[in-house]
Amino acid sequence: MTTLQPVAEIEAPAEKQPVINNFSITVATVNGSGSQTSNITILRALFKMGIPVSGKNLFPSNIQGLPTWYTIRVSKDGYLARREEHEIVVAMNPASFLQDYNDVVPGGAFFYADDIKVPNNRQDISLYPMPVKQFVKESGAPSNLRDYIANMVYVGVLAQTLGIDLDKIYMALNFHFKGKVKPIDLNFGVVKAAYDWAVQNLTKTDPYRLEPMDATNGLIMADGNTAAALGSVYGGVHFVAWYPITPASSLAESLNEYLPMLRKDPEAPDKNTFAVVQAEDELAAIGMTVGAGWAGLRSMTSTSGPGLSLMTEYAGLAYYTEVPLVVWDVQRVGPSTGLPTRTAQGDLTFTYFMGHGDTQHIILLPGSVNECFTFGWQAFDIAERMQSPVFVLSDLDLGMNQWMAEPFAYPDKPMDRGKILWEEDLEKSDGVWARYRDVDGDGITYRTLPGNRHPRAAWFARGTGHDENARYSESDKVWHDMLERLKKKYNTARQYVPKPVIDTMDGARIGIIAFGSTDPAIKEARHILAEKGLPSAYLRMRAMPFTSEVGEFVSQYERIYVVEMNRDGQLHQLLTLEYPEQATHFISAAYTDGLPLTARRVVQAILATEEK
Amino acid sequence: MADQMTKTQVNLFGLSKADYRGNPSTLCQGCGHNSISSQIIAACYEMNILPENVVKFSGIGCSSKSPTYFLNRSFGFNGLHGRMPSLATGALFGDYTLHGIGVSGDGDSASIGMGQFKHVVRRNLNMVYIIENNGVYGLTKGQFSATAEKGLQLKSQGTNPYMPIDIAWEALVGNATFVGRSFAGDPRSALHSYAWGKEHEVALHELSFVPPAEDITVEYDEGEAKEVTLHDGSRIILKKLEHEYDPHDRTAAMRILEEANAKQWLITGLIYISPTKPNLVDLHNLSPTPLNRLPENRIRPAKDTIEQVNNLMF
Ligand SMILES: Cc1ncc(C[n+]2csc(CCOP(=O)(O)OP(=O)(O)O)c2C)c(N)n1
Ligand SMILES: [Mg+2]
Repeated sequence: MTTLQPVAEIEAPAEKQPVINNFSITVATVNGSGSQTSNITILRALFKMGIPVSGKNLFPSNIQGLPTWYTIRVSKDGYLARREEHEIVVAMNPASFLQDYNDVVPGGAFFYADDIKVPNNRQDISLYPMPVKQFVKESGAPSNLRDYIANMVYVGVLAQTLGIDLDKIYMALNFHFKGKVKPIDLNFGVVKAAYDWAVQNLTKTDPYRLEPMDATNGLIMADGNTAAALGSVYGGVHFVAWYPITPASSLAESLNEYLPMLRKDPEAPDKNTFAVVQAEDELAAIGMTVGAGWAGLRSMTSTSGPGLSLMTEYAGLAYYTEVPLVVWDVQRVGPSTGLPTRTAQGDLTFTYFMGHGDTQHIILLPGSVNECFTFGWQAFDIAERMQSPVFVLSDLDLGMNQWMAEPFAYPDKPMDRGKILWEEDLEKSDGVWARYRDVDGDGITYRTLPGNRHPRAAWFARGTGHDENARYSESDKVWHDMLERLKKKYNTARQYVPKPVIDTMDGARIGIIAFGSTDPAIKEARHILAEKGLPSAYLRMRAMPFTSEVGEFVSQYERIYVVEMNRDGQLHQLLTLEYPEQATHFISAAYTDGLPLTARRVVQAILATEEK
Repeated sequence: MADQMTKTQVNLFGLSKADYRGNPSTLCQGCGHNSISSQIIAACYEMNILPENVVKFSGIGCSSKSPTYFLNRSFGFNGLHGRMPSLATGALFGDYTLHGIGVSGDGDSASIGMGQFKHVVRRNLNMVYIIENNGVYGLTKGQFSATAEKGLQLKSQGTNPYMPIDIAWEALVGNATFVGRSFAGDPRSALHSYAWGKEHEVALHELSFVPPAEDITVEYDEGEAKEVTLHDGSRIILKKLEHEYDPHDRTAAMRILEEANAKQWLITGLIYISPTKPNLVDLHNLSPTPLNRLPENRIRPAKDTIEQVNNLMF
């Protein structure tokens, strides 16, 4: 049963009625101008004030110069999806200024660098000019820091007009600059000066206010890529090969950061129990990952769509040679240039079938930062148990933005290293074993690892054409049986992958199925729909293959909306394949434009059919 | 004390040559690839290398099939076309006490796999990298490879219009720590370079030529240049390095290859060696226990660290 509070839509404010902790702030800046520090400082300060908050960076594929937006949502009720409405807009970029100005909702507030000319044709919003240039000059900051200083001005002005605690801003800066006094003081000095200036010079005419709450106690803030890296570290990752690509790079970079810190071998503290290799491309990254997985290492790579495409042939080979490995795909809009810094869920069907010949892959679908952590270690257990590649599909929004999260929880299960035979095992069986013989009837066979010195341990891995003893064979029967066993093995995987999360409202008439980072938008949409008299049941898919819970769920509702951020309804397609008898009950509510999904889109898509 | 009989039949580990064999070859009779397999068997046996300490890798091609035909007691992985080096790189992290033998072809390494070839050389993987260079794509039936001479004429393919890639040169330029070349039909030389390759765990470059029926064998001395007629009728001139040649001088090695190119000679022998460079696995300062044998408590951080981690988050 659901426990969230009702009402999510934000009403236009009645005259003079304050709107507290329930609005969005959008900051428009120039990419590469250092506004990230300012934006994340605001986000973190709000979090420390105890207000539920989310922040999304909508950035261009460019190092410097193009417009970039950062949107922060505060929601006393805990609804943290992106919204399309902007109550508070901070305009620092002349290039996007007009658009930003027009985007402010009626009754909203527009803060702008006062060297930019305002059209002055909107009486329905509050205008707050900020003397940014002047502050920069007075700060005495060296020229390389001027952009940063300029962006701290709006932090101070917003702090004063909206009510952000200055000491919380200090905490945020202290964290960001890792306690380094000089940059903290420089930045905080500007924030304070701007704050004082606003006290003297601005009269508040908008209704939006922040007040401390108690809703973030005990929570942390983190991004999904960091969480995934940490989860992998707790999963005992031995080997990482990767090639840089947005939005996945920070995952491998976090591994580089945390592995040396956390992976201290109690028996040889000055030696490494892991290796991270930056490969020459994704063809090599996955090749190395397959090699390491075959040799018995917990092996992983991380990439995004373009890299995933290059990994296809090895993914197929790993499926057929039955090599465990983990591939994180932090999805983005693709291919090539254009929208590589925008989010999407467009790799699902591709990943599922990735390879040639018949291939079905195991896929995990984390829907939160905490699940990025948990799936980080679970993915290795599943990969080694199943002797198979495991793909984890995150996305740019989940991977790169900061989210409120529960503290990371230590794995609650010992590792599952799967069916491995060492020298002593082979001695017991007199060396009798066969690499691809299904002894246990679950489709999963036993493997030995290079370095096993038993004279009968060795076997030769090759893609197609191997018999139970891993010997070369082109026999039709051998090959057919091998394919059937792999299918059986895939079915066995159903009992090892994470089950879906199901939430059912009283009197639910429709079902909703979704996965990944759309979760906040769907939670919010469900409450809007419930308010309108349309209670729903929600299944959040967390893995492929589908588990029995999915089958039960889809048989219960007349209409099941499949919500996802792609054009063709990829999860919808896969559900239709899996449950053909339910096919007419599935309705695709796929939508993608490169931005994180909003509740409004979900509500619109569902009502469009429901109101027919 | 072993008697005369056993002495000749087993090596230091008490293994006979049969313990180094693989499955019967399915390649064409007289194929140079097969003579290289025999050389590998002979070398490992004679040099007392335990098959259990070797891991075999290959890409795709006739040449890449050959790891099945030697060292049955070694693990092996037949990977993808042109991407054996990455496979081997990951795998050799599994147990640092193992040594790799990678077998590839000229198509596999000089065309589709050129990138991985250059990068594995640059990383100095602890693997002997053998390129069985026959100047063609054997398995796909005789298309020109990137090592084929410009102007070479093949009945089915016409005339090769492009300059060849000299793989030994590429290895040298790529900072390989060992570069050697031998002719598959010259058993003495192949074994000799294998010995070097093993000792120094570095890239080795082999040369061999495709069917028909009969093996081509040539014997020639150090410093000698020898013309050989190949099965397809084309001729090459092999030039064995002089006895006095010093393989430690990289510049000299480059000069010799460059001169040989101008004279259309193929230099054979140990072209370059730099025995002191650490290999890839050494560089990573790995635990004395092979990574694939570490128990859970040595790879999963202790429980109390999770609080420390959460404190690192905001
Ligand atoms: C991705 C991919 N492309 C093409 C092929 C087809 N193919 C198989 S072997 C080969 C050429 C092998 O040539 P070489 O490495 O010189 O080996 P040889 O057979 O001459 O020993 C090609 C192109 C393949 N297996 N995989
Ligand atoms: Mg060839």
